Amino acid sequence: MEHILSWLVWLPIIGMVVITVIPRNQEDIIKKVAAFFTGVQLLFSILLWKNFDSANGSMQFMERAEWIPSFNISYILGVDGLSLPMVILTSLLCFIGVFVSWNITKAVKGYFALYLLLDTGLIGVFLALDFFLFYIFWEVVLLPMYFLIGMWGGPQREYAAIKFFLYTLFGSVLMLVGIIGLYFTCGKTFDILLLMETAPDALKNELWWGMSAIKVIWVLLFIGFAIKVPIFPFHTWLPLAHVEAPTAISVILAGVLLKLGVYGILRINYGLMPDAVWWFAGSLAFLGLINVIWGGLCALAQTDLKKLVAYSSISHMGYALLGMAAVIAAGSINGGDLKAAQAGLSGAVFQMFNHGTISAMLFILVGVIYDRAHHRDIEGFGGLANQMPIYAGITALAFFAGLGLPGLSGFISEAMCLIGAFPVFKAIVIASTIGILLNAAYFLWAFQRIFFGELNEKYSDLPEINRLELFTLIPLAVITLFFGIYPRPYLDLIKATMDVIIENVVFVANFASM
Amino acid sequence: MTNLQSLDLFWPELIITGVILTALIVDLCIEKSKSDVVGWVLVIGLLITAIAIWNQDKTTTTLFTDMIVLDPFATFFKLLIILSTLLVAVVSWQNNELDEYRKGEYFTLLGILVLGLFLMASSIDLIMVYISIEVVSIMSFILAGYLKLDTRSNEAGLKYVVYGAFSSGIMLFGLSILFGLTGSTNYFIIQKSLAGLDGSASAALIMALLMILAGFGYKISAVPFHFWTPDVYEGAPTTITAYLSVAPKAAGFAIIIRFFHQVFADGGALADAESLSMTDVPWPEIIGILAVATMTLGNLVAIQQESIKRMLAYSSVAHAGYMMLALPVLSIQTVYAIMVYLVMYLFMNLGAFFVVITVKNKTGGETFDDYRGLGWEMPFIGVVMTLFMLSLTGLPPTAGFIGKFYIFSALISGGSQYYWLAIVGGINSVISLYYYFHVVKVMFLDGERKETLVQPPEVMSGVLLATAIPVILFGIYWNPVVNWVQNSLIFYVQTM
Repeated sequence: MEHILSWLVWLPIIGMVVITVIPRNQEDIIKKVAAFFTGVQLLFSILLWKNFDSANGSMQFMERAEWIPSFNISYILGVDGLSLPMVILTSLLCFIGVFVSWNITKAVKGYFALYLLLDTGLIGVFLALDFFLFYIFWEVVLLPMYFLIGMWGGPQREYAAIKFFLYTLFGSVLMLVGIIGLYFTCGKTFDILLLMETAPDALKNELWWGMSAIKVIWVLLFIGFAIKVPIFPFHTWLPLAHVEAPTAISVILAGVLLKLGVYGILRINYGLMPDAVWWFAGSLAFLGLINVIWGGLCALAQTDLKKLVAYSSISHMGYALLGMAAVIAAGSINGGDLKAAQAGLSGAVFQMFNHGTISAMLFILVGVIYDRAHHRDIEGFGGLANQMPIYAGITALAFFAGLGLPGLSGFISEAMCLIGAFPVFKAIVIASTIGILLNAAYFLWAFQRIFFGELNEKYSDLPEINRLELFTLIPLAVITLFFGIYPRPYLDLIKATMDVIIENVVFVANFASM
Repeated sequence: MTNLQSLDLFWPELIITGVILTALIVDLCIEKSKSDVVGWVLVIGLLITAIAIWNQDKTTTTLFTDMIVLDPFATFFKLLIILSTLLVAVVSWQNNELDEYRKGEYFTLLGILVLGLFLMASSIDLIMVYISIEVVSIMSFILAGYLKLDTRSNEAGLKYVVYGAFSSGIMLFGLSILFGLTGSTNYFIIQKSLAGLDGSASAALIMALLMILAGFGYKISAVPFHFWTPDVYEGAPTTITAYLSVAPKAAGFAIIIRFFHQVFADGGALADAESLSMTDVPWPEIIGILAVATMTLGNLVAIQQESIKRMLAYSSVAHAGYMMLALPVLSIQTVYAIMVYLVMYLFMNLGAFFVVITVKNKTGGETFDDYRGLGWEMPFIGVVMTLFMLSLTGLPPTAGFIGKFYIFSALISGGSQYYWLAIVGGINSVISLYYYFHVVKVMFLDGERKETLVQPPEVMSGVLLATAIPVILFGIYWNPVVNWVQNSLIFYVQTM
């Protein structure tokens, strides 16, 4: 257990090195190596979960080493209730993703080498507690993603890949300026835990261009994170990237990559600049509302099933934003409603996890049908329920989870977000219920068009979902069902950390100063 | 120090002079097909010079009655110059473009160029500044036009002469105005006299400043003195292009840093203290705007290029802009940042040009079309080129990111009036991503799996590794670089 976090981060890199020395024709061995390393990583993250003390809201399993002393850059890793579920989600989806990619035929060696590099970047972002290290991991994600979309993607893959790259890099450089600004105003350190103590005071009276520095830095970092979430109007890269990416990469994109943005806002913006949360919460809730409605409307208009799922992601991330904004309910100015703040924030963090599992399922399901019919046009199917009953059943489960049917995990987290946000943002929450209707509308309508009605003659010999595909879907389906009925384990796991975040925002922050 | 005493501390330059003469004589004695031997003379000579520099007294003094200085700052640049010359000389053996020519003069001229660059890095007198820049320029003219059977190369050489003569003429005007105002050619005396000037001279001073800037800007190819760059870089033999984009640029920055920090600013900036401009000339603003113009123009025009060599020429204009970005902030951090950037830039830019040479040797072309599917056919070349492109864009974990990180840090530590420069620099690197990754796109995204893989010649592979490994290594652990730079940040400062 000594260096478990380092093992989690660097295991995939070891796997990548192993893959690069395997001759490129040994495709089977390459796949097995990738499966082995991601599998071990999953075991490690389960081990981490078992040993995690959920009553403790602060960082655990900390690792610390000097890196570049002259610039005060260190190698610091740590895990708390906010990052642990994300680490488990990442390692789970990366493991499943290997099997989703089992049928890749083009340049298998390159694919899995890049895939494992991506894995390291993702886990690293969730575990890094040095801002510089965080940024390195944040950027390391981009390159493999560019290649994975650009080389193994659909017809418009090149455009999608460079657009994704340009958008996220744009956010990153603004973030970099913000990070360096924090470094110089807050005592020359990149240590996030140290910055959490020094930043609120150091930034209070600082002025940048006549504006309060805290707001400028908040905005710089927020744009960087918002592009990843993605928050309207920075979302246009997402449908394209999701649609063009190969199935496993769509799963990682929707399941993990989008969470990087939300995680960044909670860890960095909320952690370092609690004062500004009060200033920005209203806007955040409003942006959440736009995401919910806009994503829903766009999804309704799609004829491509994968695009529909992509837009539904935008909509679902909107709920997480609403839940995050609910934190301010705990402030005395808003009646000191601690329960609402807890519900909202836990809902948001729960929504991150649930959306990760549900959207992963949805993308795998889209991939299954695409592999068989070689298109994803919703109108082009019909009557598949009789042809592929098991497939139809699992799709029903995933769609219902996506639209927030009670009894499935998506419902719980979305309801928590809305309940938490209600006391402070009544109008916004009421308006966002339109989004729930939209969700139901596009999912049910798509389901009806694909599975009911006349069977399209072309597809009368479409084979049923196979075992490998079932193997990738069932763990996710089980998690969705389990947390839909009994969410306590998850909420208990994160509660202590959520309380720390709320306390930091509410009691440390002096919102009168904004 | 008097002339005779100075000779004792002038060993590296004397060795180079010996190398140049030896190269000339050796070249006379051998036939054309064996002219590669002269390259050996140069390489071994440079290695000896490097050892001599390494073992030199770490003293800080002026030589030849205040003409040039010997200080760690100059030594740093000398070592950078030797390193890049060595890499370029080794690659020159492999460059097919040079095959039909006698290479003796080529290597000899390269040696003279090194001597000129050494003097550039250490001049503290206007006369020496001019002479050293001229030595470098004239050698560059000849080398750019070295492929005498190739009209493009002829054009490059001629264009270079015209622009070079023009801008050095302007610079000479500027220098003479400065001399007229202050009555001296010595940096430290000029600085002292400038402090005593009254406001009536400021118009003449601005004139002088702009004219001198034209000369320096031409050496580092800053906008608007960059027009020669793309044509010369495209026409010159690629090894020379690679060399011109790195070594003279480094020496140009050395001369700019010395000149502006010691003439226009209180030399105290270099003794680790914040300082202010001594005169009321708005030169931080002037240079800030030039820097932004340089990188923006470099990047925007690079997007439209068909030829990768030409694209890299514009990209090197953009990189000069990133480095200039830090110049307006008069602090020790900015000098530090520029020096770190130069080290990183040396490896990634030379590496990228070496890839161009390897590909040209194989396919005979240097346009994007020639790179189509290259990553599938020559995976090693594809991977290292991707690494260089990544690094030139400034993405972690590569050396290029560390360079940009230090530049931006220097800007932000300079105060909030410089933040916008950092943001503009950041946005520029986003723009540059587009064309750098166009190379990656044609290499990997357009193409099919090939059954047989092609490996570059062993020497080329070795040189590419020698540039690629530092690019990745210094992106992850750059402590050695910053320590070296830190130890080199000692200037000769004379307080009058």
